[in-house]
Amino acid sequence: MVVPACRDGRAHSVREVGLFPMKIVVCVKQVPDTESEKALRPEDLTLDREAVDAVMNEMDEFAVEEALQLAERTGGEVTVLLMGPEQGADTIRKALSMGADRALHVVDDALRGSDAVATSAVLAAALREVGFDLVLLGCEASDARTSLVPAMLAERLGLPQLTFAQKVETDGTEITVERLTDYGHDVVTARLPALVSVVEKINEPRYPTFKGIMAAKKKPVRTLDLSDLELDATEVGAAGAWSAVDDFTVRPPRAAGELVKDEGEGGRQLVAFLAGRKLV
Amino acid sequence: MTLDHRLDAEYEELRRTVEQFAHDVVAPKIGEYYEQDEFPYEIVREMGRMGLFGLPFPEEYGGMGGDYFALCLALEELARVDSSVAITLEAGVSLGAMPIYRFGTDEQKRTWLPKLCSGEMLGAFGLTEPECGSDAGGTRTTARLDPETDEWVINGTKCFITNSGTDITGLVTVTAVTGRKPDGRPLISSIIVPSGTPGFTVAKKYSKVGWNASDTRELSFDDCRVPAANLLGEPGRGYAQFLRILDEGRIAISALATGLAQGCVDESVTYARTREAFGRPIGDNQAIQFKIADMEMRAHTARLAWRDAASRLLHEEPFKKEAALAKLYSSEIAVTNAREATQIHGGYGFMNEYPVARMWRDSKILEIGEGTSEVQRMLIARELGLTG
Ligand SMILES: Cc1cc2nc3c(=O)[nH]c(=O)nc-3n(C[C@H](O)[C@H](O)[C@H](O)COP(=O)(O)OP(=O)(O)OC[C@H]3O[C@@H](n4cnc5c(N)ncnc54)[C@H](O)[C@@H]3O)c2cc1C
Ligand SMILES: Cc1cc2nc3c(=O)[nH]c(=O)nc-3n(C[C@H](O)[C@H](O)[C@H](O)COP(=O)(O)OP(=O)(O)OC[C@H]3O[C@@H](n4cnc5c(N)ncnc54)[C@H](O)[C@@H]3O)c2cc1C
Repeated sequence: MVVPACRDGRAHSVREVGLFPMKIVVCVKQVPDTESEKALRPEDLTLDREAVDAVMNEMDEFAVEEALQLAERTGGEVTVLLMGPEQGADTIRKALSMGADRALHVVDDALRGSDAVATSAVLAAALREVGFDLVLLGCEASDARTSLVPAMLAERLGLPQLTFAQKVETDGTEITVERLTDYGHDVVTARLPALVSVVEKINEPRYPTFKGIMAAKKKPVRTLDLSDLELDATEVGAAGAWSAVDDFTVRPPRAAGELVKDEGEGGRQLVAFLAGRKLV
Repeated sequence: MTLDHRLDAEYEELRRTVEQFAHDVVAPKIGEYYEQDEFPYEIVREMGRMGLFGLPFPEEYGGMGGDYFALCLALEELARVDSSVAITLEAGVSLGAMPIYRFGTDEQKRTWLPKLCSGEMLGAFGLTEPECGSDAGGTRTTARLDPETDEWVINGTKCFITNSGTDITGLVTVTAVTGRKPDGRPLISSIIVPSGTPGFTVAKKYSKVGWNASDTRELSFDDCRVPAANLLGEPGRGYAQFLRILDEGRIAISALATGLAQGCVDESVTYARTREAFGRPIGDNQAIQFKIADMEMRAHTARLAWRDAASRLLHEEPFKKEAALAKLYSSEIAVTNAREATQIHGGYGFMNEYPVARMWRDSKILEIGEGTSEVQRMLIARELGLTG
């Protein structure tokens, strides 16, 4: 396993249990509210983010909750990391209100149009900058839904990746997760530092309390731009994107459903319908 | 002078959090509790976990370090979706915990507030009696101090007491006559009676028109004995104390009524857009649009009224009249909005499974509880210097 060179000089692989509090960084994305109607901007075919309410990516609420629970159990501390425009501050504040200790916000105009490759480069640089024992992410963002960032990020940092976790346990040296699969789950163990992406089954995210909301106002939020991370503007944003949207069509309206009236044969008809679509 | 229509960021965040909670947790489940006349323990536990019961209390007693305004914001958002959970919070905080916080000794606060703030325990306030409601000075329940055991011996009956008989009810503060003034008028005191005290019986739930997922009971006290130290505040100050509690409580009820009125708008807008008649959505008819515009106007005005009263309370200015105005206006428009929303829903509005039907049933009590509309008008007239 490659030990990432962390700028704070801590040698993570020889971290002694109890000597330092476990440092958990949770990556949080701000996304358009899934309940609102989304549109691409005609001029550059990127999402019109001003037109919709921005919220914390729902899956990331589970990642934040898991980070908080792990920190509560092991006496660790939680840093929130978000890459996104100024308004991302709202999402950061929500994570801080839930109980995270501090935050890192990467903001730079040049980041506009970043794809998963660029996003992972920026997050990797930011993670090297703050140092960590454990990185937590949601397994998927609800807008672009590539599920690529966790894997790319682990690769860039040379970390073991434990994805789609539905349960996480750690003693501060090793981490074990139940990895959700089509057939049940795998049990995967790695040494820290490591990266974990979580699924919704893992916990029930807490609602921020008013005390948490008040406390969040006083928590430190560090803002970084590309030069702070020694990244080149050509590597990120639309300029550095490996993928681009060429064209799009609006999703056709949903076709009318098929109504099955139960006249004694309802059950059979339902099964036939499902079987016809290879769903059973 | 500062005048600003925007909420401070932390209030707005609280409002949004409760809005989301009401939408995600309360809305999908409350209909069934309501139908079954069941207390929604599961939802109340979640409300406790969110710190809603501790909103206006300081952290040293397990509270959230917020204020009465924060409580009212939460009440409005809950009531937009459901009034039973909102009144459970309102009565738990404003009637159950607040008297102890305002008038209790340090010992009483330390004993009761942490559990009340976390929502593990609910408190109730028993003022109304079968023979007296609006005329609270007519209390017949008595409490006599037994010098031998240093205990209050309570006798009497209280009726319509919210939160008094749930599995998590920990106490009821009751008002009782503890003596007579030289002119013969009663001295009324407030006394904390823990649930389960021998001689204190909780009757079965009433069958109610609305607030069906909220707990309301009749209580009887038959030589019920509690330690002398359970007296809340100074002896004979009970009357003044509950007047203060009721003044504040009116702002909370007003916020709750505003929520119900707004919920009627929310439901009506959605329904008017989707329900078709004569080949187009009913909301395309100006008659329906105007109804909804008027409903929105009333809800908005009610909100301004409770926020004004709450703001005076926070600034320690006189707020008695403004609280009565807010309570009177918002409860009456809640009834109007609920009637109109039901009308817009047609026959479906008369079906219990539709939220507007619940809102209609829940609206009427708002003109009665914590001071009837007539009592509010009496208070307002008195504040204007009219007597007699
Ligand atoms: C069709 C399409 C249209 C797109 N349009 C736009 C656009 O208009 N504007 C634009 O900027 N990008 C656009 N993108 C890019 C897309 O938003 C990025 O690729 C995204 O940053 C990474 O991929 P993902 O959202 O699928 O993340 P996933 O890999 O699904 O996310 C997994 C987890 O990674 C973490 N994570 C992801 N992004 C961040 C972040 N920024 N900060 C912190 N943590 C994060 C979260 O924990 C998240 O739960 C588009 C992509 C596609 C496929
Ligand atoms: C669901 C529910 C929950 C409740 N929760 C609680 C609780 O937690 N704690 C508690 O102590 N009480 C509670 N109450 C009681 C409630 O506060 C009283 O019902 C209310 O104050 C009215 O009192 P009353 O019913 O005795 O009516 P009355 O006082 O008998 O009034 C009857 C009518 O006469 C009118 N009236 C009375 N006097 C005058 C006057 N001078 N001039 C003109 N009109 C007048 C009234 O406005 C009313 O219209 C609850 C009631 C309900 C239904």
